[in-house]
Amino acid sequence: MNFGTIARNKMHFLTMLVAAFMVAIAPSGAVAQDISAPASTVDAAEVVAESVADGEVVIDETGGFEHFGPDRILGQPTSADEDMLASMTFQDQYTANGNYALWMHDAILLPIIFAISLFVLGLLLWVIARYRRAANQVPSKTSHNTLIEIIWTVVPVIILVVIAVPSITLLARQYQAPPEDAITIKANGYQWYWGYEYLDNGGFEVISNMLDESEALSAGEPHQLAVDNRMVVPVGVPIRLQVFGADVIHSFAVPSLWFKMDAVPGRINEKILLIEEEGIYYGQCMELCGARHGYMPITVEARSMEDYNAWVAMQPGGMTRAQIQAEDAAAAAPAPVEEATDDGTEEGEAVEAAA
Amino acid sequence: MATTAEGFDAHHEDHAAHDHADHKPGFFARWFMSTNHKDIGTLYLIFAIIAGIIGGVISGAMRAELAAPGLQYMGMIVDMMGGDGSSFDQQGHMWNVLITAHGLIMVFFMVMPAMIGGFGNWFVPLMIGAPDMAFPRMNNISFWLTVAGFFSLLFSLFVPGGVGLGAGTGWTVYAPLSTSGSVGPAVDFAIFSLHLAGAGSILGATNFITTIFNMRAPGMTLHKMPLFVWSVLVTAFLLLLALPVLAAAITMLITDRNFGTTFFDPAGGGDPVLYQHLFWFFGHPEVYIMILPGFGMVSQIVATFSRKPVFGYLGMAYAMVAIGVVGFIVWAHHMYTVGLDVNTKMYFTAATMVIAVPTGIKIFSWIATMWGGSIEFKSPMVWAMGFIFLFTVGGVTGVVLANGGIDDNLHDSYYVVAHFHYVLSMGAVFSIFAGFYYWFPKMSGRWHSEFLSHLHFWVFFIGVNVIFFPQHFLGLNGMARRYPDYTAAFEYWNQISSYGYVIMAGSMIIFFVNIGYALVAGKRAAGNYWGEGATTLEWSLSSPPPFHQFETLPVIEDHHSADDHISDRPATA
Repeated sequence: MNFGTIARNKMHFLTMLVAAFMVAIAPSGAVAQDISAPASTVDAAEVVAESVADGEVVIDETGGFEHFGPDRILGQPTSADEDMLASMTFQDQYTANGNYALWMHDAILLPIIFAISLFVLGLLLWVIARYRRAANQVPSKTSHNTLIEIIWTVVPVIILVVIAVPSITLLARQYQAPPEDAITIKANGYQWYWGYEYLDNGGFEVISNMLDESEALSAGEPHQLAVDNRMVVPVGVPIRLQVFGADVIHSFAVPSLWFKMDAVPGRINEKILLIEEEGIYYGQCMELCGARHGYMPITVEARSMEDYNAWVAMQPGGMTRAQIQAEDAAAAAPAPVEEATDDGTEEGEAVEAAA
Repeated sequence: MATTAEGFDAHHEDHAAHDHADHKPGFFARWFMSTNHKDIGTLYLIFAIIAGIIGGVISGAMRAELAAPGLQYMGMIVDMMGGDGSSFDQQGHMWNVLITAHGLIMVFFMVMPAMIGGFGNWFVPLMIGAPDMAFPRMNNISFWLTVAGFFSLLFSLFVPGGVGLGAGTGWTVYAPLSTSGSVGPAVDFAIFSLHLAGAGSILGATNFITTIFNMRAPGMTLHKMPLFVWSVLVTAFLLLLALPVLAAAITMLITDRNFGTTFFDPAGGGDPVLYQHLFWFFGHPEVYIMILPGFGMVSQIVATFSRKPVFGYLGMAYAMVAIGVVGFIVWAHHMYTVGLDVNTKMYFTAATMVIAVPTGIKIFSWIATMWGGSIEFKSPMVWAMGFIFLFTVGGVTGVVLANGGIDDNLHDSYYVVAHFHYVLSMGAVFSIFAGFYYWFPKMSGRWHSEFLSHLHFWVFFIGVNVIFFPQHFLGLNGMARRYPDYTAAFEYWNQISSYGYVIMAGSMIIFFVNIGYALVAGKRAAGNYWGEGATTLEWSLSSPPPFHQFETLPVIEDHHSADDHISDRPATA
């Protein structure tokens, strides 16, 4: 398990770094808690803008990024005590594809399978009542009826076609390639934790371990879903989520985002993810990966681009896209890139257009 | 044909004392060196019951653990098995060992031996009017290879398998968890167990194919064969074509593990997904292997107790052939999340849904068989009707899962667990019990209690539904498979599911009491105890049949149809 050992060492190193930064930003964080959230994001944007203006890659520790609290949890299972019906069906969906799939299940599949099951049950009950020996002494000898056989072959075919049309549509949507400028994040499955590599933001990796029960509960989060370091992603923009298995096969699964992709050693799987709402979404590893398979949850925290950039800026080695572009531009042409300072902090296109 | 068979039986009864037909070898020779299809069938059934008890006890441990969040029982079980129960990793590993053992035991050592080894061995020769199987000694080695495989699997529980004792790879044995992810000999023994059981099944399959093709009674064309024989024939072909692929895949696992090959290791140019393709090329036909003989038994039973010929006999037979053929080209629907490209996923979605068509034909044909019938609700019929409904429920959730896009959420969730337990734990097992109560008096010569059989049905029916129906909810709401523990939100339905296990276990006590009662105090069963609806050749024999039957072959005459092999020539003829 060479890889595991290396990864674990790396994890300790990163955890320490992250912890150090947390301590460093603690005072400003406390302040940010008092002021409104938009204000803090403006702060962050300004900070980033300033550093870009200087053409430097300085991480300002006064970013003021604050993780969402439990009140922002959107994607999680519902307990039956809380809401019986919600505990019996899919979690609410927060992606367009998820909502389409949910519609397909609730409006097409579920009615059809209920109808078929009840139809068969009804026929059985009718047969039991009508053709029991007491009610029908003399059995018929009918053993063929071409018409009915054609009907019960053709009607299921039609039903399947009705299902196949939205099903194929759904697949086509799920396989839409992310746009070229989509932010690439790589989820690495390890025995038994996740690492999130931010390939477009300086390539740092966040190591994410499950919180133990007391930590989770004191944070107000559900045990076995809560993690120490969340996977922070931008909301409302397409993400190119790559999934990779470092040792054995894992599976990156977040039910409320209708997202599941196996983390297979030796191949990088990739799929578009576009979260529509800011919030926290819980997921878990869903491919048997050994002793602690049940204990490597996923917590996705979707934030505005401003917050995301602020969070990125806080990470060791983390660079916002604007910073990277500014750096690239600086490397290409020594002249300062004045144009990018105004509003080019988040949108890569803006910088490109200006340059 | 009736006249010959009955004439033969009369002869047999007249000279029972010194009739060659009923000369039985001594105990050891009879049960350990058996070449008699009925004895081997009995051995298979006893073996399946023992394996079923072990697999069932394991599922009891699993449901106990899942009754509440947190780990309650795993430590105790680890201690019991000789590990260190205080180790969290060993507890988690033990969970994986239990799910692995449960899956492998129920698939390879319970359902398959009961259906193919047990009922297939007993009734294929009887139904086609053959004195025995084509290769009686190979039949014996098939059984003992299965037993050896079972011991290899049990042995794996006591040797190191990585974090703790035993193989914790899941029944699918996915690489690289089963290769670099599990050091120690446990996984090797588990794989070897599959080799042995697989070899036994391949031999058994060739035996059935040869028997059915060459040893049918004169006049019994393929289109006059009972549907149970058709089902075993199709199953045997599936076994013969699918198992060698499994054997290849797991042999590559063995060499990857022990001899430095890298078939499934990307570091050496291999691919873990290749293993999954090979495994499921076997694995999907395997699920039809487990259900097709059940289809056959249900067809016989429904016709018998409706006193009607099977509706659409040819459609029923070729629907099974179609299911068998299509079953080979849908395997990757088990791999929707592995990173297939969009065209592949669309193809497998469409192909998988096609299977619903022949399956629907079968369901509707069974109902049409009952339609207009004069139905008697004896225990086998009740189990068969339970099968039809519950298999339908399992089938429609299969249609949901067939959609690659929907499966993105449900894959490896409890919805899948609920689905395959509806088609297997309810489908296959209900048909096994239906067949058991249908043929038990024929095999043993003694009656079970019909009351206890009905009671067994109702308690089991309630129990398994309480276990598995809530698992649909858990899966939809996002609970993953193969988890020993879960977040608090999942507690309610898990608890109910575990209560269901207790009900189901209670029904099994009724079952064993019923068998015990029948063997000790059961009434003697007549030759054709189900009466005029039972028309296949086994009903022309005594109960139990003579040790060697059909020394004079029965003849299927022109006036006999697929639905009637034993009636006398009509008076007008």
